[in-house]
Amino acid sequence: MNVNMKKTIEVEFKEGTLIARLEGELDLRVADLLRKELEKAIGRYPLRHLVLNLGRVTYMDSSCLGVILGRYKRLAQQGIGISLVGLQPQVRKVCELSGLLRIMAEYGSEEEAVAKAG
Amino acid sequence: MKVINQLKMEFPSLPENVAFARVAVASFASQLDFTIHDIEEIKVAVSEAVANAIVHGYGNSRGGLIRVCLKLTDEALEIQVEDHGKGIEDVKKALEPTYSTDPERMGLGFVFMQAFMDYLHVDSAPGKGTRVTMVKNVPRGAAAAASEKH
Ligand SMILES: Nc1ncnc2c1ncn2[C@@H]1O[C@H](COP(=O)(O)OP(=O)(O)O)[C@@H](O)[C@H]1O
Ligand SMILES: [Mg+2]
Repeated sequence: MNVNMKKTIEVEFKEGTLIARLEGELDLRVADLLRKELEKAIGRYPLRHLVLNLGRVTYMDSSCLGVILGRYKRLAQQGIGISLVGLQPQVRKVCELSGLLRIMAEYGSEEEAVAKAG
Repeated sequence: MKVINQLKMEFPSLPENVAFARVAVASFASQLDFTIHDIEEIKVAVSEAVANAIVHGYGNSRGGLIRVCLKLTDEALEIQVEDHGKGIEDVKKALEPTYSTDPERMGLGFVFMQAFMDYLHVDSAPGKGTRVTMVKNVPRGAAAAASEKH
């Protein structure tokens, strides 16, 4: 656990799809930072779709689920969808319980998510 | 039902303490034969309760005090998370899924606590504070083995 973590995401823009790779333990402590970083990345690219790669997320609870759901609601108004990749068991469980998996597609790899985007 | 071990922790309402609290509780819980999935669920429940104390109880101010009390018996882990913050007006309403007094939040904290623990009880009084009591039962076969050990 890195207490001084300054960064929660890394992004790549490919064929109209923004890939955001999240990492670490996503709880209350990083929720504001995650929101700011996602907003900054979303504002920087002319995206048509957002892929969240959670492969390096080792823990997540409602504080950061709320951040993701908030981005979903905002982007949906512009017709931009979000899909998910790399859910570890704990992360999948809270995504399922929160209903996130009912509104976002889940794929086995980034490549697949990019190919199916739009 | 024999008490095997107990632990009390007290810490200020800092967001970084959510992680310390869940890791400490998880390590305490590992004295019993909980599965990895049980431990993951306990971690989420503790994080949600502590985050609520910070965000709602103390309104994100860093000066509040949070107490976590753990009691381990041969059958279950009992967790109490207590704050002396602003309290809850209507506990029944607060427990409803997706109810939140903060439009930025999802109202899923209590949903997770309820789904992941075997028992949840919330005591709260406006202006006095909130105490959340949760219990996670040890898987059946494992409980019998533990009572033989102790
Ligand atoms: N420790 C607490 N002190 C004061 N109010 C609380 C506390 N815990 C929960 N609440 C109230 O209960 C509501 C529901 O909590 P929860 O299910 O965790 O959802 P959220 O945290 O997303 O609002 C909160 O919005 C808040 O009004
Ligand atoms: Mg909450």
